Amino acid sequence: MGNPTLSWNLVSDVHRLLEYQFMVNALQAGTIVAVMAGVVGWYMVLRRQSFAGHTIAVMAFPGASGAALAGLPTALGYYLACGIAALTIGRAGGAAGRGRSGESATIGVVQVAGLAAGFLFLSLYSGVLEQLETLLFGTFLGIDSNQVLTLLVIAVVVLGVLALVGRPLLLASLDPELARARGVPVGALDIGFLLVLSLAVAATSQITGALLVFALLVAPAAAAQALTPRPGLSLVLSVAFALLVTWVGLGISYFSIYPLGFFVTSLAFGLYVLAQLVRRLVL
Amino acid sequence: MNEPAIELRGARASMGGQEVWSDVDLVVRSGEFVAVLGSNGSGKSTLLRVILGLVESAPGTVSVLGGPPGGANREIGYLPQRHGFDSTLPIRGVDLVRLGLDGARWGLPSPLGSRGASGRRARERVGEVIELVGAGAYAERTLGELSGGERQRILIAQALVRRPRIVMLDEPLDSLDLPNQAAVSALVQRICRAENVAVLLVAHDVNPLLSYLDQVIYLAGGRALQGPVEQVITSATLSELYGAPIEVLRTSDGRLVVVGQPEAPHVHGHRHD
Repeated sequence: MGNPTLSWNLVSDVHRLLEYQFMVNALQAGTIVAVMAGVVGWYMVLRRQSFAGHTIAVMAFPGASGAALAGLPTALGYYLACGIAALTIGRAGGAAGRGRSGESATIGVVQVAGLAAGFLFLSLYSGVLEQLETLLFGTFLGIDSNQVLTLLVIAVVVLGVLALVGRPLLLASLDPELARARGVPVGALDIGFLLVLSLAVAATSQITGALLVFALLVAPAAAAQALTPRPGLSLVLSVAFALLVTWVGLGISYFSIYPLGFFVTSLAFGLYVLAQLVRRLVL
Repeated sequence: MNEPAIELRGARASMGGQEVWSDVDLVVRSGEFVAVLGSNGSGKSTLLRVILGLVESAPGTVSVLGGPPGGANREIGYLPQRHGFDSTLPIRGVDLVRLGLDGARWGLPSPLGSRGASGRRARERVGEVIELVGAGAYAERTLGELSGGERQRILIAQALVRRPRIVMLDEPLDSLDLPNQAAVSALVQRICRAENVAVLLVAHDVNPLLSYLDQVIYLAGGRALQGPVEQVITSATLSELYGAPIEVLRTSDGRLVVVGQPEAPHVHGHRHD
C-alpha cells in the first residue's frame, strides 16, 4: 500500500482510510473494544481495582506463551489466563475476608507468578514467539472478521451483564457495607466483576497489547470521573473518550510509520492530563 | 399507645459460638426514639443484626413489625457503622440518597436506567427527604467536600428515603463534634415524631442524646435493661449494671450528665472451651 500521507482534506483522508478491509476491521474491532473498555474501566476506576486490572492484563503473556507451547490459539490463551487470574484474585480477596482492601498483596503475588510462568513457557517453546511484541504492544494489522465477531460476542456478554447488575454494582462499589445491609450479594458481585473485567482486558489487549490496556481501561474513565461526579454522565463521557482515543489513534497510525499503541496511549494520557487541568482550573 | 415495632422476649444472641447476651426483653414502639447504649463489645451492633435477621436469636422470640426478623427488612432503614468512611468517594450526596432508594434493584444506574414517570417520582422523593434532613444546600456536592455533620445528614436521608417504619442508626454520632452531635440528635428526634418511625440509635456516649430520647436500652454483662431515661439513668441503676461506680448528675438547667462510663467491657462470662 506504500506509505499513505495525510492530506489536509479530512473527508478524503477518511475515505482513503476505509478503502482497505483490514482498516475497516480494525475500526470495527476498536469501536467494540472502546465501548466495552469505557464501561468496564469506569467501574474498575471507581472500585480502585486498577492494580487487579493490570495484573489480569499481564496474564496475557503467560496465556499466549502457554497457548503457543500447547499448540492452542493465542486468543484462547488470553481469555483462559485472564479468567484464571480474575478468579484467583477474587477468591483470595474473599478468603482474606477484608474484601478489596486485602487484595493488593495477593494481586502482586499472582502477577509475579504469572510473569514467571510466562517466561518459563517462552523458554520451553523453542521457536521464537513471533507475536511477542504484538502481544505486548498491540497492532491493528491483520484483524480478521472472525476476530471482530468474537469481540462483538464478548462485548454483548460483558455489557449485557453490566446492564443487569449496573446499579447494585455501583452501590456495592461505593459502599459495600450499605449494599450488604440492603441484601445486595456483594461477594458474588466482586467475583463477577473481576470475571467481566478479565473478559474486557483480554479483548482490549488484542488492540492495545497487554501492556497498554490501560490506555483504554483507565485513562478515559479516570478523565471522565475527574470531570463530573454524576454517575450517568461520567459513564457516557468515559465511553466517548475511549472511542475518541481509539478512532483518532487508528487514524493517525494509518498515516504513520509508528505503532498504534504509542498513539492510543499518548492520546489517552493527553486526555487525562487535560481533564485534570480542566478540573483544577475550571471546575 | 402505639403498637410495638420491635419486640424481643427472652432473646439470646451469639456470635462465633460465644454468647453475647441472653434473656433480653425489649419493646420499641412506632414513634419512639430509643438509644442503645453500652461499652465496646456489649453487643449493641449485634442487637441491630438480630433485628435484621442476620444473627440467630434462638431461644426466645423476636418479632419485627409483627413478623419474624428478616422478613420486613424493606421497611427498615439501616445505617451500618462506618469504620473510616471513605470520604474521597467521587459521588454526590443526592446520588447516594438515590442509591438508598433503588440501589439494590437490578438494572442500570440512574439516570440511565430510570426514565419517565417512575424516574420523576424517585427524584421527587429524593428531593423531599433531602429537605427533611435539611441537606438541600449541599446535596449536590460530593461527599468529600462535606463536613462530618453534613455527610451524616446525607447518610440519614439515605436511610429514610424508602419511608421505613423502623430506622436503625449504628453510631451515627461517632466522629462528630459536640454541636453536630446535638444537632443530629435533634434531627433524629424530629424525624421520629414527624414520620412516626421507631428509631434505634446505637451510641457510645449517652450525654449528647439525653434530652431527645424516649427510652434507653443498656447492654452490659450479657444482659439488657430498658426503660425511660429518668428511670434507667440513675447512679444506682447504672452502677449496678456496670458493676462500677457511675454518677448521674443534674445540671442547673435540669439536664442529666453521666459521669464515669466504663470504656472497657465489664467482665461477662468469657467461656474458653
